[in-house]
Amino acid sequence: MKRRMIAKALAAATLLGMAPVGAALAQETVKVPCVCELSGAGAVSGSNYRDGAKLALEEINGAGGILGRKIEMSEYDTQTDPQTSRALVQKAIDEGAYAIMGTVYSGSTIVNMLVSKQNGVPQITGSEAPNITQQGNPYIFRTSSSAAKGVPSLTAYFKEQLAVKKIAVTWVNNEFGKGGHDVFIKEMAAAGIDVVSDVPSEQGQADFAADVSKIRESGAEAAFVYLNEEESARFLKEARKQGLDIPLVGEVTLTGQKVIDLAGAAANGAYAHVGLTTGANVASIKEFAGKFQSKYGRDTDHNGIKGYIGIYAIKYVTELIGSFDREAMAKKMHGLTLDVAKHPGMLLTTSWDDTGEMARESFMTEVQNGKQVVIGTVPAK
Amino acid sequence: MSQFAQVLLSGLSTGSIYALAAIGFTLIWQAAQTVNFAQGEFVMLPAFFVLVAINFLGMPLWLALLFGLLMAVLVLGLLFKKLIVEPMLPKTGLPLIIATMALSILLKESVKEFYGAEAQPFPDILPQQTMNLAGAVISVQDILNLVISITAVVALTLFLNRTITGRSMQATAQNPAVATILGIDTKRMVLYTFLINAGLAALASFLISPLYLAKFSNGETLGVVAFIAAIVGGFNQIRGAIAGGLLIGVLDNLTATYITAEYRAALPLVLLILIILWRPQGLLGTDEGRQV
Repeated sequence: MKRRMIAKALAAATLLGMAPVGAALAQETVKVPCVCELSGAGAVSGSNYRDGAKLALEEINGAGGILGRKIEMSEYDTQTDPQTSRALVQKAIDEGAYAIMGTVYSGSTIVNMLVSKQNGVPQITGSEAPNITQQGNPYIFRTSSSAAKGVPSLTAYFKEQLAVKKIAVTWVNNEFGKGGHDVFIKEMAAAGIDVVSDVPSEQGQADFAADVSKIRESGAEAAFVYLNEEESARFLKEARKQGLDIPLVGEVTLTGQKVIDLAGAAANGAYAHVGLTTGANVASIKEFAGKFQSKYGRDTDHNGIKGYIGIYAIKYVTELIGSFDREAMAKKMHGLTLDVAKHPGMLLTTSWDDTGEMARESFMTEVQNGKQVVIGTVPAK
Repeated sequence: MSQFAQVLLSGLSTGSIYALAAIGFTLIWQAAQTVNFAQGEFVMLPAFFVLVAINFLGMPLWLALLFGLLMAVLVLGLLFKKLIVEPMLPKTGLPLIIATMALSILLKESVKEFYGAEAQPFPDILPQQTMNLAGAVISVQDILNLVISITAVVALTLFLNRTITGRSMQATAQNPAVATILGIDTKRMVLYTFLINAGLAALASFLISPLYLAKFSNGETLGVVAFIAAIVGGFNQIRGAIAGGLLIGVLDNLTATYITAEYRAALPLVLLILIILWRPQGLLGTDEGRQV
C-alpha cells in the first residue's frame, strides 16, 4: 500500500515537473504550415516550393529560429484541388498557424486566400495570376511577380529583339493561364502585334498535336507558351515532333529545370522571362542553388526559390515588428522593401506594394544544351 | 490540306495506341466476361518498369524495354490472372469488376508512393525527324507509332485466326464448356489471353510515354478513352476496338484543330452516347444473347 502511494506520488511529481517543460517546448515553436500541391497536376511546383521552404526553415532553426522560437512546418497536400486547399488552409489555421506558406497554383490560391483573410492570417503564395492581389485582401503576399508584371516584360523582347508582326499564344485554361493570357492579349494589342492563333488547352492535357498544328498553320512568327510545367514539356516535345521552328517564348515555366528534364532535347532553344532562376549570375542565388542541390540531389526551379524566400520573409518581417502578431506582420509588409544586404535570405532586394504584389529584378533566359542560361536582366518595376 | 494530313496522321498514330489498350478490354471480356477497369493503369505501369530498369538497375534502353515487357507480362498478365481473376472467376460480374477498380487504385497509388507524384521523362524510342511530303510536314514518330501498332494488331489477328492455339483461344472465349469437351486446355487459353493483353498494354505504354511522359495518373485518361473506344467499336470484337481507337484518335485531333479545343475532352463521351443510342453493340460489334 505504502509502495503504491509512493509510486503515485512519484508519478504525480514527474507529471507536474514535466508540465512546464512541455509548455516551454510548445512555446519554442511557431507554426508556419505549407499548404502545397504535393500531388496532382501541380506536384512539380508544390514539391519544389515545399523543399525550398524546408531548406530555409532548417537554416533559420539552426541559427536559433525567429525571435528565439523554432519554426514548425506541417505539410498539407492540396492534391492540386482548390476545394481541398481551402479546407486545408482552414485546418492549418485551426491548428494555430502564424502564417501560411502556399499555395502555388493560382486556381487554389484564389479560393483558399479568403479563409486566411477571414482569420487574419498572412499567406505567402507562389501564385502568379494577376487577380490574386486585386481582391483587396490585406493578408496575401507574393514571392514572385504576377503575370501582370512578368508578361509585359516580354513585349519589348517580341517587338525589338524578335521583331515579329504575327504571334500565336497557347495557354492553359486555368486561373494562372487565363491571367497571363489576358495580360498578353492586351500587351500585344498595345504593341501592334497581331495575335493570329489563340489556343487554349486543359490542365493535365497530354496530347498537343492539334495545338501545335494550329500554331504552325497560323503563320505566326513566334509563339507565347503559357502552360504549367508538365504541359510545357509535352508541348515542346510535340513542337519538335512536328518540326515547329519558330521561337517559343514563355513566362516563368517554359525554361524551368523540370521542363528541361521532362522535355529533354526538345527544350533547347526555348526562351522565357523568369522572375527567379537558379541560373542567374548572382552570388546569393548560386549559393542557394548549391545548397538545394546538396540537400536534395537535384536542381530546383523558381518555385524552390519562392519557398525559400517566403520563409525568410516571414522571419525578417516578424523580427522587424518584434512579436508574433499576424495583423502587424501583414501591415508591415505593405510597402516594405527588404534589402538583400541586410536580409540575405531574400536572395535579391524585394519589395511589396499595398496589394501584396512584389517587385524585384528579373531575367531573360534561354535553354542551351539542356541548361537554362540567363541571357539578360530586366530591372525591377 | 497539309494541316489536315498532319492532323489526320497524328490522330491515327494516337488512335492506334488507344486501340492497343482498347483491345485489352475486348480480350479480357472474352476470356473472363468482365470489364478490367485497371486497363488504363496496365498501360501506365510498364513505363515505370522501364524507368526502374534504367535508373535503378542501370540497364541500357533496349534491355530496359525488354525488362519492362517481361515484368508487364508477369505482373499484369500472370499475377493478375492468378491472384485476382482466378479466385474470383466463379463469382463473375460485379465482384470481379470491383476488384479491378481496387487494383486500379492500388497500382496508381503504389507508383505514386514508389516513384513520386511528378511526371517523369521517358526516353524517346523512335526517331524524332520529320519528313516533307507534298507540302505537309510528317512526323516519322507518328508513322512508326502507327506502323508498330497496326503490325501488332495484324499479328494478333493472324495468331488468333491462323494458329491452333489462337483458334483454341477463340473457342474458349465463345464456349468454354464445349471447348473443354473438345479437349482444349481452357485454363491455359485464358492465361494466354491475359499474357497477350499485358504485352499489348506494355507496347502501348512504350509508344505513348515518350510524348505523354510517365506519370502515375496517366491511366485515368487512357483507361477511359480506351474503354469508350472499345464500346464505340464493339466490345466483343477486336476489329471493333481497333476501329473505335482510331476513330477517337482522329476525331479528337480534328475537333481540337477545326472546331473547338475547349470541348475536345467531351467528344468521346458524345460519340459514346450517340453510338449506344444508334447501335448498342458498337460499330463493328455483334449482338450477344443472354439468358435471365
